[in-house]
Amino acid sequence: MTEEGAGGAAKRFLYVNRRAPYGSIYALESLEVVLIGAAFEQDVSLAFIGDGVYQLVKGQDTKVLEVKNFSPAFRALEDYDVTKLYAEKEALEARGLSEADLVVPVQVVGAERMAEIMEAQDVILDF
Amino acid sequence: MKFGILVNEGPYTHQASDTAYQFAKAALAKGHEIYRVFFYHDGVNNATRLTVPPQDDRNIVKRWSELAAAHKLDLVVCIAAAQRRGLMDKSEAKRNAKDADNIAPGFRISGLGQLIEAGIQADRLVVFGD
Repeated sequence: MTEEGAGGAAKRFLYVNRRAPYGSIYALESLEVVLIGAAFEQDVSLAFIGDGVYQLVKGQDTKVLEVKNFSPAFRALEDYDVTKLYAEKEALEARGLSEADLVVPVQVVGAERMAEIMEAQDVILDF
Repeated sequence: MKFGILVNEGPYTHQASDTAYQFAKAALAKGHEIYRVFFYHDGVNNATRLTVPPQDDRNIVKRWSELAAAHKLDLVVCIAAAQRRGLMDKSEAKRNAKDADNIAPGFRISGLGQLIEAGIQADRLVVFGD
């Protein structure tokens, strides 16, 4: 899994998104870390668990909230070579969501598989 | 071991900064190295020198400054998070035409790359937050 980065062996970074996109700033500031971190040529994955799966839902309209809808930025991740996105199956199901409701393709994985993915990381940043 | 520390919550409102401080102090006492402490989200508020807590309470900001001075700790405040929340050093204040700066001794303002670098360089990155 580990790829060679410019400064030697790359580390496996996992960003865990577990909060709804609005209502607090964690989700937006998490995405800012991901976008900056992409320049470091590490082995990056994103996990969406719990309310974090709402960050990926299509058709977000934040006009009345007067906050920026940042969900289109998830579609830019591919340009940064960030392509490993995992969404927790149980979290999607509990919220009546499926992969078809999301702005980007994700791998839907069960909680047990998600735990294995976390176990395999060098650095986990959760927001 | 070489630790990186991430503080994601502000002082007093939340336990995160206290626990991170105690962790850093204990790790240093055991002979470990702290590569960097990075302050993000409301954690940037740990860097304001204008804090005036009641006299019978701990001074969280001063504690960080003192620990940094004693151990040459690298305390880094995220610039993007700091700008949103009104934390700035002299050069940032000048650049943004503000009439004051408020960063405490021992802290410096820099980019998110410093957090990623801490993740790369440290043996363990320990996150303190909600």
